[in-house]
Amino acid sequence: MNKNTLAYKQQKAVNLCAAVFLAPVIILMAIFLFYPIVQTFINSFMKWNGISADKAFNGLYNWNKLIHDGDFWRAFLNNVKIMVLSLVIQMPIGILLATFLDAGGKKFNIFKILWFLPLLMSSVAVGYLFRYALATNGGIISSISQLLGGGKVDLLGNQKTALYAVIMVVCWQFVPFYMVYYIAGYSSISSDVYEAAIIDGATRRQYVMSVALPLLVPTIKSAVIMSVTGSLKYFDLVYVMTGGGPGTSTELMATYMYKNSFVTYNMGYGSAIAGGMFILITLVAATIMKVMNRGGDE
Amino acid sequence: MANAGVQSSKTKRNKAISWTVAMILAIFWLLVAFVPFLFMVLTGFKQKLEVIMGTAFDFPETFFTENYISIITDPSFWNYFKNSVIVLVLALVILLMFCSFAAYPLSRFKFKLRNFIFLVIVASMSIPIHVTMIPVFQMATKTGLYDTVWVLIPTAVAFALPMSVFIMTGFMEGIPKELEEAADIDGCGRYARFFRVIFPLSTPGLSTLAIYNGVNIWNEFIFAFTLTQSEKNRTLPLALWNYQGQYSSNTAMIMACLTLSTVPMIIMFVILQDKLIKGMMAGAVKG
Repeated sequence: MNKNTLAYKQQKAVNLCAAVFLAPVIILMAIFLFYPIVQTFINSFMKWNGISADKAFNGLYNWNKLIHDGDFWRAFLNNVKIMVLSLVIQMPIGILLATFLDAGGKKFNIFKILWFLPLLMSSVAVGYLFRYALATNGGIISSISQLLGGGKVDLLGNQKTALYAVIMVVCWQFVPFYMVYYIAGYSSISSDVYEAAIIDGATRRQYVMSVALPLLVPTIKSAVIMSVTGSLKYFDLVYVMTGGGPGTSTELMATYMYKNSFVTYNMGYGSAIAGGMFILITLVAATIMKVMNRGGDE
Repeated sequence: MANAGVQSSKTKRNKAISWTVAMILAIFWLLVAFVPFLFMVLTGFKQKLEVIMGTAFDFPETFFTENYISIITDPSFWNYFKNSVIVLVLALVILLMFCSFAAYPLSRFKFKLRNFIFLVIVASMSIPIHVTMIPVFQMATKTGLYDTVWVLIPTAVAFALPMSVFIMTGFMEGIPKELEEAADIDGCGRYARFFRVIFPLSTPGLSTLAIYNGVNIWNEFIFAFTLTQSEKNRTLPLALWNYQGQYSSNTAMIMACLTLSTVPMIIMFVILQDKLIKGMMAGAVKG
């Protein structure tokens, strides 16, 4: 291209302007997101306690340890359980609640407000709340069981039930998020579509099943991706509520990584766990995206 | 005709039945969502022994306000609160400025790297915090920002950026091009157009982003937990952590503290509920 044309000069000015406006974001993301990811992978080849300045190159030792670390894979399995059950529980309930609110309109605002409440609490607060709400003495489930004539229930203290109790709490906290997400999906369907369906003699249920839900598929897909990546990087709530216990029954990749890095100060190995987590999350999310998109074409 | 009447009364009855079922389920979920809240607020009004002896559904014998009062009058609670406010305000201002800066060229200009940069930003939305934690911790200790309130601001901004830029770009794409062209004819350059036309027109998008990110920043735990250490530099979610250590056997006290830490968000929600839900919805535009 001729360097003196007006178009070239103008494009150059556009490029410069774009660079100026993008610079702050790119710099911040480079410092706090991209550089740390690279550094984490570098650290994962080191033996390092995080405090002393000397890091010793450790080759593949940490990664080899990670691959043979039963605790890590058990934690991953717990993450997968959370992922699957979150999808199975949160998606249908979220869609049902949104469908109800969409059908009811403004007069159901009170439902919307109260259903939304759990999402306003921090994960830490939710974790503490349920640590006591699920306690053996004076907890909600225990009290219901006693009212019905049963004994006290210790959900969080039992290795067999603790993870499921955690999953229930996760669902309690995030169902409102998906509800709002699906409300957004519904409200993006133009009212013409609804009117056309009604004029054609469709009932509300027929409208939802054969018109609205197919139109919601893109929303559902992105909700699934969010739920999957969210489940695999879960931390705050579990760390506060159970600390990974009893035993390792509710240990997750993130809590395991945190304990190795900041409790026992084995930061080299902690970095390898973080790196492994990053790889696994990317793989799982990419696989699910691929499967869903293939399903969409057919 | 008579046949049609039967038909419609039948569909009416069907409709009534489905609404009743829906209503029952709705009220059931209302209980699921709300009972833990009630438990939290009411337990805060109980005395220490009452919690241990009774069940969750016993009403407090007397409304024992001592728990709430002792937290409100505790200066360290207000210190946590102050730190949370500092982080919230500064992080939000920087975040909103930077994300609208970035969204402007991404939504309005054509340039070579545009698609690539946008793709990288979208992909960054799913980066887990843990993969950055150790290096960020290292940087904080090296720069002397470790254990200060200030370190929580850039980290909060950086992790909120990808989602915010994504949403803001979508929002700015919706602003009609004609407005800008008019400003162009009036002799407004690319930089001035942002400040005089695009930025002022973006306020609805900015306010939804402010609310959505505000909730997240207010509730942020993991960076506050790893990057600060002393009580005077910690934010409200960490107050819960410290109270938990201090009053581990006093459930009522902890529930009072939980309630108080949630109150600001509930007040904000009651005032701004439409906007908050819109803010959440902004994230839902498409995948």
